[in-house]
Amino acid sequence: MARETEAAVDALASRGFGWRARRYTKAFTRFVSRKPLGALGLFLVFAFVVVGLFAGVGERRIIATHDPLAQDPLARLKPPGGAHWLGTDEFGRDVYSRIVYGARVSLMVALFAIGIGTTLGLLLGVVSGYLGGWVDLLLQRLSEIILSFPAVLLALAMVAMLGAGLDKVVIALSIVFFPTALRVIRGSTLSVKQNVYIEAAQAIGATRLRIMGLHVLPNVMAPFLIVASVQLGSAILLESTLSFLGLGVPPPHPSWGRMLTGGAQQFAQTAPWLVVFPGAAITLLVLGFNLFGDALRDVLDPKLRGR
Amino acid sequence: MWAYLVRRLLFGIATLLGATVLAFVLLRVLPGDVATELLGGAEGIATGATVEKLRRELGLDRPLVVQYGTWVASMLRGDFGNSLYTGRSVGDLILSRLPFTIQLAIMAELFSLLIGLPIGILAAVRQDTLIDYSLRFWSIFFLAIPTFWLGLLVILIGMTVFRWSPPLGYNTLWEAPGANLSQMVFPALILASHESARIGRMTRSSMLEVLREDYIRTARAKGLRESLVVLRHALRNALIPIVTYTSLFFGTIMGGVVVLEVIFNIPGLGTAFLEGIRFRDYTVVQALVFFMATVFIVINMAVDIMYGWLDPRIRYA
Repeated sequence: MARETEAAVDALASRGFGWRARRYTKAFTRFVSRKPLGALGLFLVFAFVVVGLFAGVGERRIIATHDPLAQDPLARLKPPGGAHWLGTDEFGRDVYSRIVYGARVSLMVALFAIGIGTTLGLLLGVVSGYLGGWVDLLLQRLSEIILSFPAVLLALAMVAMLGAGLDKVVIALSIVFFPTALRVIRGSTLSVKQNVYIEAAQAIGATRLRIMGLHVLPNVMAPFLIVASVQLGSAILLESTLSFLGLGVPPPHPSWGRMLTGGAQQFAQTAPWLVVFPGAAITLLVLGFNLFGDALRDVLDPKLRGR
Repeated sequence: MWAYLVRRLLFGIATLLGATVLAFVLLRVLPGDVATELLGGAEGIATGATVEKLRRELGLDRPLVVQYGTWVASMLRGDFGNSLYTGRSVGDLILSRLPFTIQLAIMAELFSLLIGLPIGILAAVRQDTLIDYSLRFWSIFFLAIPTFWLGLLVILIGMTVFRWSPPLGYNTLWEAPGANLSQMVFPALILASHESARIGRMTRSSMLEVLREDYIRTARAKGLRESLVVLRHALRNALIPIVTYTSLFFGTIMGGVVVLEVIFNIPGLGTAFLEGIRFRDYTVVQALVFFMATVFIVINMAVDIMYGWLDPRIRYA
């Protein structure tokens, strides 16, 4: 294992890369060799990101083969093979292209939802943990109220109140996910607060904002990354569940969850590819995030609990 | 112990109030007037007068606080209003649908414990063996599979291989126990798959921690059979964190119940909630949100109290 890391670092050094590049590469190769499952997860996620990014630009298709929305009445319910790599649905739409574009939609929704939600949890967690007092009490109670509901039902209720639409789904998911992040970050902040450098900063008169932003925040990034990566998987699952129930990403955006409704259920026996492939896509992406998140936690969490 | 109890109770009531206020306010305050929506939306043919009349009927013209007060009062009396879509009492709706949802949730919870606990214990006791790795792989895999996809796949395989399809009508447990159980067993198992994986992982890590403790070493040194050591000494302590997460597990199962009710055509609260959302049936949605909030908060309280009883250390937290 040490040999691979050394080799990678030497390769960079001989090409004149700076110390930062070498350090990150060293960390990366060490991660890959120590936690191959995590590397697999990262690879899966990366694959889907690439697929989503390069699905196509405007009218041109790069990874996708067809327009995901184009209906072709002559090519309905075709099995995988030929021009349609994964078959077609009841409207003649290419399943493969819909999965490829669906990756883009699912990833965007998840990234935005977690980006907003977990970041909100991060900021509020630091504030709540550092300031304490009534701010802490208020935020704690709020997050407990939200956490006392199961994610799916809460998201459903939010969609019921906010209405349908892509942005509403993102908002609903952010609200569902921010309390967990808040809790975790708050716990981290409480332990970071014990450190001497915080006391030193306070002693020389740094403002609370400065301490929170410059001293506390960078030191809670590790748990933040762990929470974010695990929640990304849950976000994908939740978004697809909502779409499956018809209350998630609205048409015309292709959504993996919604691909499993309607025709997929009606024609499941004669056209099983309609059921198998979108679900497999969801499973693989969530698996990737879960594996990566687990490995990240094992690596970054100093209190390893017996593996 | 009593101080803890009282604290938990008060907090539970406060949470419930907070949740209901939030639900109520969100529904009323957001754009999209309820009355207009009910009469066909902004592009509908309803005139201003009709909309006004409906608003007065539904009590929407009174101040928000009064509306909330009347709503809570009627909820507490048991009057959940009438469905805006079918006109029937929401209370009746809840009563008729509740048994199925509860039964599904309880069966799923039981299955996930029955499957997850032994798997976790086995994986911990046989750490780093093939059993451990395969069980961990199974857990990780089942955590990633969407419940609704698994349900669809099971139905698909059932239809193609066994010529079986989900029943069209469901009997309650007391009407026809045999039929009911055979109908409910598949959805419950599918729901349990996700949670059993999570319980398995938790049990495994919890057991691993406990097995390193000194008192386990003592038990072994005393000469106890390994099975006794594991089951009588280690398991009890390992179960404590599992108990805390019971409310969380139950919550996840309740969330999954909605999806499974849809796939298996079970007439439960989940489908009622979905229909309410779909048809903009605000009374149903509100009542169900209130009902669900009460149920979850009560369960959380019960689990917290039980946890306080099990682990005296946290009573003083």
